[in-house]
Amino acid sequence: MEKAKAVFSFLRFDLKGYLSSLLLSEYFILILSVVSFLVLIPFVPTIATSVNIANLFSNIWPLLAIAIGQTFVLIIAGIDLSQGSIMAVVSVVGGMIMTNEVDPILFQKSPIWGVFIGDKGGLLAGSPFAVPVALIVMLLIGIIIGFLNGFAIAQFKIPAFMVTLVSQIFFSSFAIFLVKSENIIHLPNSFTAIGSEGIWFIPYSMFITGAIAIFAQWVLDRTVFGKWLYAVGTNVRAAVLSGVPSQKVIIMAYTFSGFCAAIGSILYSARLQGGRPTLGQNLLLDIVGAAVIGGSSLAGGKGKVLWTLFGVIFLQLLGNALSLLNVPYFTIYIVKGAVILAAALLDVSRTRILQRG
Amino acid sequence: MNDENILEFKNINKSFFHVPVLKNIQFELKKGHIVGMIGENGAGKTTLMNILGGVIFPDSGDMVLHGNLYKPNNPSDAIHNGIGFIHQELNLFTNLSIAENLFIDDFPRYKWLPLINRKAINEKTREYMGMVDLDYAPNTLVEKLSPGERQLVEIAKALSSNAEIIIFDEPTTSLTNRETQRLFNIISRLKESGKSLIYISHILSDVLQLADDIVILRDGEIVGKGKKEEFNVNKMISLMVGREITELYPYRKAEPTNIPVLEVKNLSQSGIVHNISFTLHKGEILGLFGLMGSGRSELAKIIFGLDSFEKGEVYIQGVPIEKYSPRVCIQKGVAFVTENRREEGLLMSSTIAENIGLVSLPSFARSIMRVLDNGALKPELQNIVKLLQIKSGDIYKVPAKSLSGGNQQKTVIGKWLLANPSILIVDEPTRGIDVGAKYEIFNILNNLAVQGTAILFISSEIEELMGLCDRILVMGYGEVCGLFERKDFNKEAILKTAFRENGNGS
Repeated sequence: MEKAKAVFSFLRFDLKGYLSSLLLSEYFILILSVVSFLVLIPFVPTIATSVNIANLFSNIWPLLAIAIGQTFVLIIAGIDLSQGSIMAVVSVVGGMIMTNEVDPILFQKSPIWGVFIGDKGGLLAGSPFAVPVALIVMLLIGIIIGFLNGFAIAQFKIPAFMVTLVSQIFFSSFAIFLVKSENIIHLPNSFTAIGSEGIWFIPYSMFITGAIAIFAQWVLDRTVFGKWLYAVGTNVRAAVLSGVPSQKVIIMAYTFSGFCAAIGSILYSARLQGGRPTLGQNLLLDIVGAAVIGGSSLAGGKGKVLWTLFGVIFLQLLGNALSLLNVPYFTIYIVKGAVILAAALLDVSRTRILQRG
Repeated sequence: MNDENILEFKNINKSFFHVPVLKNIQFELKKGHIVGMIGENGAGKTTLMNILGGVIFPDSGDMVLHGNLYKPNNPSDAIHNGIGFIHQELNLFTNLSIAENLFIDDFPRYKWLPLINRKAINEKTREYMGMVDLDYAPNTLVEKLSPGERQLVEIAKALSSNAEIIIFDEPTTSLTNRETQRLFNIISRLKESGKSLIYISHILSDVLQLADDIVILRDGEIVGKGKKEEFNVNKMISLMVGREITELYPYRKAEPTNIPVLEVKNLSQSGIVHNISFTLHKGEILGLFGLMGSGRSELAKIIFGLDSFEKGEVYIQGVPIEKYSPRVCIQKGVAFVTENRREEGLLMSSTIAENIGLVSLPSFARSIMRVLDNGALKPELQNIVKLLQIKSGDIYKVPAKSLSGGNQQKTVIGKWLLANPSILIVDEPTRGIDVGAKYEIFNILNNLAVQGTAILFISSEIEELMGLCDRILVMGYGEVCGLFERKDFNKEAILKTAFRENGNGS
């Protein structure tokens, strides 16, 4: 009896230790994703078809591009709620520049009619420069809005939550105002190719996001700026006392977040073949959720691109499985919300376990 | 007035990590009397009061309250037993009203309903405010009151919990002379109404004026106790100071030069520092002594560009600083070890390597992308760890928070040493660290000075300043009140200067 008790308590102890080390592992979410994928196969066999897997992967890249920007902002203990609206403005403006054809009936009443778009299509319709110019302008808009966010936060010390919430509401309304809620379609084929084609079997979106992911992780690991991001997020006062230019760091982080949102917007607009004023409207939960599920802390000082990749994979898998199970659209969001809440709880308990040593 | 003992301490002992901080403390407080308690920082006053307040527990010994054994388990036990504390840092909710502050832990309600009986609290609040001469509406927000008036609210709060014994811990540090006088009137009145008080202060003349009995603590022991008539300021200081300085400090090997590296001229910021001038030379350790609230740390923050100033100039290597910020100061070779290493010195959850590297990262950056040259950085980090003998596990894995206080402080010093400063400002570098680590820190500072670093050493412990410094600058009330050369070092004289007992006292 005594012996059995001892064995039992030993087992329990070991299980507890094993569970907590699994919980603390940075691969926890990846392991969880793979396990849930395998478990789901008998119930939803279609999940493992090559078409579905290709679809799953193509969903990962645009979201990852945006979530990398969010990760930078979370590392400095900030938050960027405006990424969705940056995507909308970027998408609409890109469409305005390069669309080949607009329907006068739909757009005659929009404030940009006759200035940017007209009977002959977008500003540079048909020009060989249309797509490159549009891409540059789209990225610039993301960068500028991100910079404005960062400037307001760093210079005027307005809480990031407030600044980016206002910016979210302002720019998403502005995007709708520009085009009177209509989608700009007939984008050039060379643009939409970004969303549908690739080299061999690798889609362009994977190349683009992959390059940003590698660059971003390299910045975090190897550059002075990366170290400053973590320092500002861990203890801004100690960082300032050590000569870290905190305001510059904050502005850069939000600017990068805006840039990433613009990249995401380009990828989504190309795939959906249109400049959409409602692009990114329901994406906020997925963006912040992916970063937090991956392990970036809302308290700052913690975050990696790799973690965010795991978070994105997990969320996309979850959404994909639920829709294959014919769960209604809004129910999917209810489940996603619950999962992200659980991830936030996990973040808190991780910290607590680590503190206990 | 009857002479019964309301509170007795009997053989109280307390150790922290085998270091005794209180030894056989024994004294009594009579009803309607005031005991004045004095002692240097670290003498054990706060520990003793924390034991009385139920915050910590004695290792041995008893407290007797009203003739009964008193063993508080937590602070609310102390309150229920009629013991009230008026703290140095006031514990009021500034965003709430006076009445709400008074009744925050027990609002009168309408019977069992969860509704606050405003009428009742306003009436009671007026009654208690009358006792402390505070003439405001009960719903006045505390943030609108001056520090002195806030203190009166604290006293009213203690009275509202039926306190029979009230402890004042440095109550006058943030008060003006007039507010202080008003406070003393109320203290006298409390005494006449039969309350018993313990009054802790650094201002010896106040203690002599108010107290009936005096208790002097040094190194956790009572070294003097008796009626106030038996004491005067000089006797109190020499009892407080006591022991001679032994070999706790490294021998100062080198003489300072007279090449000025930091010159402060007529620096003023209203309400904080006034007309500060001094010069720090190459290879010199200049001590800066001052009591709490003297403006010593504030001065350091201004010099480092953290806080602004209205008048005056600061010269580094003979060049006036124009655009002031910590970053500019660091680029000009100034380093600043702050007094709060946890809040301001370290990134507690980051590794030791990250902490030591933080200040000097830009100088290890290569190319336009500012890529870190880890090959060059790593050996430098290793050097610092070896030089300062920071004891830890893998410096790339162990977070700063897992280090001991002494090793944390060495990590902070290490991050500045890596930047190779010509001026080092250290603020209370030995606070909360053990004796062995203290000696190591003194050694590090001494060696730096020998190599030519100019050091401004801020401390509230005279002994360590006398042990290490070439000169000591004394500050009080935001002004420079004295400068001592090494040959004139005298603890009593320095303390007197800081207390301003010789001349235009407070």
